Amino acid sequence: MKKHLVTIIGFLLFNSSPIIAQTEEINTDNWVSSPGVIGTIILGVILLGIFTLITVIKTKKTIHTYYKISRLKNITTIEEDLLSLEIPEIGQILENRKKTEKVSLDEIEKNLISPYIEQLINISSRLDHQDIDEILNERYKVLSYSLQQNELGSDKSPNDDKGMITYVNNDLGNPIYDDKRSEKIKLKTDQELVKIVITYIGASAFWLILGTLIGQYIGMKFVWPEMDTISWLSFGRLRPVHTNTVFWGWASLAMIGLGYFVISRTSNQKIYSTKLAWRSFWLINATLVIGNICLMVGINNGGGEYREYIWPVMLLFAIGLIITAINYYKTIATRKVKEIYISNWYILAACVWTIILSIIGYLPFTGLGETIIQGYYMHQGVGMWFMTFTLGLVYYFLPSSLNKPIYSYSLGALAFWTQMLFYTLIGTHHFVFSPLPWWLQTVAIVFSAGMFIPVLAGTTNFLLTMKGSFKSIGDSYVLPFLLVGVIFYFLGSTQGSFQAFRFTNYVWHFTDFNVAHSHLTMYGIISFLLWGSIYALLPKLTGHEPKQINIGLHFWLAFVGLIIYMFSLMIGGTEKGLSWIEEEAFINSVKLMAPYWLWRAVGGSLMFLSHIIFALNIYQIYKKWSINKIEVQ
Amino acid sequence: MINLHKDHESLLTIIIVVFLGLSTVIAIIPAYDMQEKVTPLPKGLDLTTSERNGLKIYISEGCAACHTQQVRSIAMDNKWGKRPSIPSDYYYSKQRLSFLQQSPSILGSERTGPDLTSVGTRQPSDDWHLLHLYNPRIVVKESIMPGYSWLFEKKKKSAVSEKDVVINVPKEFMNDDKYDIVATKEVLDLVAYLKSLKQVDLYNTSSPEFIPALTKKEAASIANEANNLPDGEQLYIDKCSACHQLNGEGLGGAFPSLKGSPIVLDENHDLMIQIILQGYDARAEYAVMPSFTDQLTDAEIAAIANHEKTSWGNKAPTISEEDVKKVREYLKTLTP
Repeated sequence: MKKHLVTIIGFLLFNSSPIIAQTEEINTDNWVSSPGVIGTIILGVILLGIFTLITVIKTKKTIHTYYKISRLKNITTIEEDLLSLEIPEIGQILENRKKTEKVSLDEIEKNLISPYIEQLINISSRLDHQDIDEILNERYKVLSYSLQQNELGSDKSPNDDKGMITYVNNDLGNPIYDDKRSEKIKLKTDQELVKIVITYIGASAFWLILGTLIGQYIGMKFVWPEMDTISWLSFGRLRPVHTNTVFWGWASLAMIGLGYFVISRTSNQKIYSTKLAWRSFWLINATLVIGNICLMVGINNGGGEYREYIWPVMLLFAIGLIITAINYYKTIATRKVKEIYISNWYILAACVWTIILSIIGYLPFTGLGETIIQGYYMHQGVGMWFMTFTLGLVYYFLPSSLNKPIYSYSLGALAFWTQMLFYTLIGTHHFVFSPLPWWLQTVAIVFSAGMFIPVLAGTTNFLLTMKGSFKSIGDSYVLPFLLVGVIFYFLGSTQGSFQAFRFTNYVWHFTDFNVAHSHLTMYGIISFLLWGSIYALLPKLTGHEPKQINIGLHFWLAFVGLIIYMFSLMIGGTEKGLSWIEEEAFINSVKLMAPYWLWRAVGGSLMFLSHIIFALNIYQIYKKWSINKIEVQ
Repeated sequence: MINLHKDHESLLTIIIVVFLGLSTVIAIIPAYDMQEKVTPLPKGLDLTTSERNGLKIYISEGCAACHTQQVRSIAMDNKWGKRPSIPSDYYYSKQRLSFLQQSPSILGSERTGPDLTSVGTRQPSDDWHLLHLYNPRIVVKESIMPGYSWLFEKKKKSAVSEKDVVINVPKEFMNDDKYDIVATKEVLDLVAYLKSLKQVDLYNTSSPEFIPALTKKEAASIANEANNLPDGEQLYIDKCSACHQLNGEGLGGAFPSLKGSPIVLDENHDLMIQIILQGYDARAEYAVMPSFTDQLTDAEIAAIANHEKTSWGNKAPTISEEDVKKVREYLKTLTP
């Protein structure tokens, strides 16, 4: 596997060098040789290669099996035929043989017995007519056997003589949803760590509700632009509040909280300092409160996505992150096992990279230098922080929920290094055709295609871990979240890579397609994987589960909502891009979006509703846990 | 041999060093290069204090969330500027905003509203901008842009002084005779900034070229097919309807009606063509009309004029590309 992937990397790199050289001048003749199209062709070739390989192997196997079967047939046909006889035929033969007992053997062979029995006797010296009668009699008995329905003594009425039954349930279940396996394991965990994890997750649920409420509100403004005329509720000010709240509030806090558990658990060690964990918790929450107030009164760093908080505010977050990284690192450094589990690679790297990233992101560049940094920062924010961290969590929670090890440890390491190598280089793909240097755009596009490698490695690893356990996905309320997350990881990331190509950029860039993509990834991948992890962990930590129907509702509302959200904006965005290419009046592209924006609001409402249910589920666990805790004390 | 699976120190070091290295190569060096090597255009002007304040409002209201300021090097962006944007275009506007704020990210990533690279050329009228900012739907009915009413002051008519800039809000948007809507300094700065957004001419003609569109544009609407003119209605919607409105009736007190206008209906069309070419600012009660000499070709002007002459009940003889050409050449002789 590793060897194949290395070949692919080499192939991509080799192919990209002439592309970079020849893109000085671009016109329509060059479209075919543009990196985007070449990338697509390479991917097509890879796909075809895999397809051909599979076909060849499959065909070979089929032919082989065919020959094997026909060879065996000569030997076994007769015995098989004997066994394949149905009751009436056997009855017929046996009856005939009884009738003709006194008739000579020749006559029987000629007239009454099926020709293959005759053959059988000829070929096999082991069998004579008596044997055949025996076999046929046996078969007759076997085939005509049926249950009498009283084999287990079930015509007696039930009676509990010894008082063994303690619980009688008359509930027959319901026809609408399946009962899922409930969590029986309670992990013995340091109570202080449990408290940290629950508090982080509780706060993240709060920010999720707030952030998506705002998101839903500004989404509705596309349909009803005059909902209010209050300055601090205007679209331009609330948009960054939505994105920053779900980024740094929801996803980041949830990730860090889960990270504390994973690191402590896989290092078989207590968290280095719980005090530090609390400090970073308050710093990050303070960042969000102060930052959002700043944005709503109109204090804004400069409009660059995901770094709208001014630097003194973002500094608090950076300190919180540095503290977290130190805490994680010290715990890993004092681990009681030899190996550093792969999850810890991802989690530690995510923290370290994001610290570097947020420092570079706030360096005082001017002119288009700032724009290069913007592309780098906004892409890495997603790729190095959310994606890397969450993958680390999946490497723990997916195998532990399936109760089996990850399929391939080295595939995980390969995905890790390629993630670092490729993801870092592709920020400028947010500025294709812009005045930024052409070579920088080309590098970004080529390595966007390279992103297929970590994505495929990761997806393959997760799916092969799930292989053979698909039954337990249906039985579990955790695994559907993880499965959807993994599938979106594949779809969202490859779709993102395709979107970076110049051809697709031509149609989709600047349209609502971008918004669809960012929700596909941040919601479909990150949020679903986090939910899966949270539902996997909290019952094990606290010994309490939320109602299964509520978890199911959460799942389906979020899933259906996201699908509606995504497709409405993808279709609308494509129509918008085509309208621009046709050079229609600009206002047409606003008018044609109206129905899609309405559908987006519908999808968004479902998503928001699912978050309320999620928060209720967390609250339910928290309440039972805190009552129980007091009782224990 | 380092075993990364067991040695956390080496793992951390490699993670940091490689990422820093890659970041330096892909972000820091190119960004520094961009910042140091790019010089302002010879004809480019620095922003005035008022314009710079306007830019700050532009950022704090989050305008960049929906409006881009980059003409990409592809054909569809040609409508937003004469040439693709180049790094020098941003020399003055992308300086650091303040101690707390970085260089503004004005290039944008979404075009929910129009690109603003040359909105100052497209729309030089103060009145239009003020009305539009107060409530975009006054001038563009289908707009979904928020209104920025908090950048305006509602003043009692008796308290309005001569210095105050009063905007003429139509009755359906504000039915209150006792009050006037007065523009604040902030919104005047913002309008000054928007009006300053123009593409600077390059001295040498070797500006980057647009990459042609994927599909060749379908030629002309049925009405103009015989004359081989472009689609006048689409052009009208794009270039004219923001002021004169889709129904051609304009807005009382701001933009004159074209429906039944003697200039539009006149059989001698020279004055109409002249106004489109040169712009118009002769009547105090109406806002300034920009010049379209550089923005529209003769064929496009003819197509627009014909659309105006034959729509909304107007019935006047149409004109040809030649007519526009004649007027354009005549006007050239006047200004040497």
